[in-house]
Amino acid sequence: MKNRSLVSINDFSKEEYIKILDIAEEFEKQPKQKILDSYVVATLFFEPSTRTRLSFESAVNQLGGKVIGFSDASSSSVKKGESLKDTIKTVANYSDLIVMRHPLEGSARFASEVSRVPIINAGDGANQHPTQCLLDLYSIRKTQGRLDNLHIAFVGDLKYGRTVHSNVIALTNFNCTFHFVSPEALKLPSAVKRHIKDKNLRYYQYTDLSEVIPKVDILYMTRIQRERFSDPMDYEKVKNSYILNKELLNGCKENLKVLHPLPRVNEINEDVDDMKEAYYFQQALNGVYVRQALMAAILGVK
Amino acid sequence: MENKDTRKELIVSALENGTVIDHIPPKSVFQVFRILDLEKHNDQVLFGINLESRRHGKKGLIKIKNKFFKLDEINKIALVAPTATLIVIKDFEIIEKKQVETPDTVENIVKCFNPNCVTNNEVIPTKFTLIDKEELKLLCHYCEKTTTKDNIKFL
Repeated sequence: MKNRSLVSINDFSKEEYIKILDIAEEFEKQPKQKILDSYVVATLFFEPSTRTRLSFESAVNQLGGKVIGFSDASSSSVKKGESLKDTIKTVANYSDLIVMRHPLEGSARFASEVSRVPIINAGDGANQHPTQCLLDLYSIRKTQGRLDNLHIAFVGDLKYGRTVHSNVIALTNFNCTFHFVSPEALKLPSAVKRHIKDKNLRYYQYTDLSEVIPKVDILYMTRIQRERFSDPMDYEKVKNSYILNKELLNGCKENLKVLHPLPRVNEINEDVDDMKEAYYFQQALNGVYVRQALMAAILGVK
Repeated sequence: MENKDTRKELIVSALENGTVIDHIPPKSVFQVFRILDLEKHNDQVLFGINLESRRHGKKGLIKIKNKFFKLDEINKIALVAPTATLIVIKDFEIIEKKQVETPDTVENIVKCFNPNCVTNNEVIPTKFTLIDKEELKLLCHYCEKTTTKDNIKFL
């Protein structure tokens, strides 16, 4: 994985992901190691994302590396009209690795072609967010003890949720059974379902969240956005159907964990937070270890 | 009485050395010009549109003097002219005839249908993989979205 960019979830093989998860486990035991001493990582966030950016920056800092970059395109030369290509080529001269979030799909792929240093895609428009996928896999593996043969439910906006798409595609490598819960209008696209069919795995679709809870090991919640509905009345009809609360979790499996990529709005009720099933904050913390592992592998220090 | 076949042969091999692209859908002739950059060719280029074709009713044809194409160059026109035939002529003789084949990758010919693709917002040549030859589905190398036959727009 040395010197390779991670732009899309398919850029690395299943074996390579497992290696990243294994390295992340080491970092979880000891996140503060000076192995990135004298390395410079650039975080170029052309659109804001406090959570992902801080997660990467903390990861670098804890490993003794230095961070440069910007968190908003308006505070960079992009405002003066500089092309993406020029910006990337210039920053590549100042750093050993670039972590990039950009509003246009395909921007990270392009950056990886013009940059002389590796690129980690921290989100390109509605397309990919591979490090979120990795930390989700890590969380699933950690809480369930494995990635194989699990029953995993994805709830909410399955049509536009890029984290859902990447996770489903990644999980098809692990003999998973999928349970999809969403309003009719936000079902998982057939292009993603194709991946499941190609691997001869099963999936089930539901509109009722309570139906799925006793069946699964992982409940992955996502936010349903008002703006995805052309008719606001349609949103009003469904907005409360996919809210998870303490009561709904009655009768769930002993090992069930609730995941959410965050930020959450109202789809997980706060009465769930203190339950043993609530894992979403630890999930975010796992992001630091996974990103440490990824950067260490790409920079060739692990 | 002239034999129709002989006359057809004469039309085609009036070229001493060069290439004839035959059986182009008449509406695609100018796109073929653009894709192959024929405007820049320094020697004679002749074309015809709405010529009679036994096979397809009407057709277009381009004769390019002293120009020979590599297969991957000519396959670029397959998207707009899937029925086209390439005829290579040397010393007035037809030495090769072949069908164009739809290539696996399509570069800098088609626009990505996704307005939020980086190729529509920065100066970048487009690049697609043909994931379905019959249905003409093009997967964008950058934004990973599929542009379908109905949405194909040429640059």
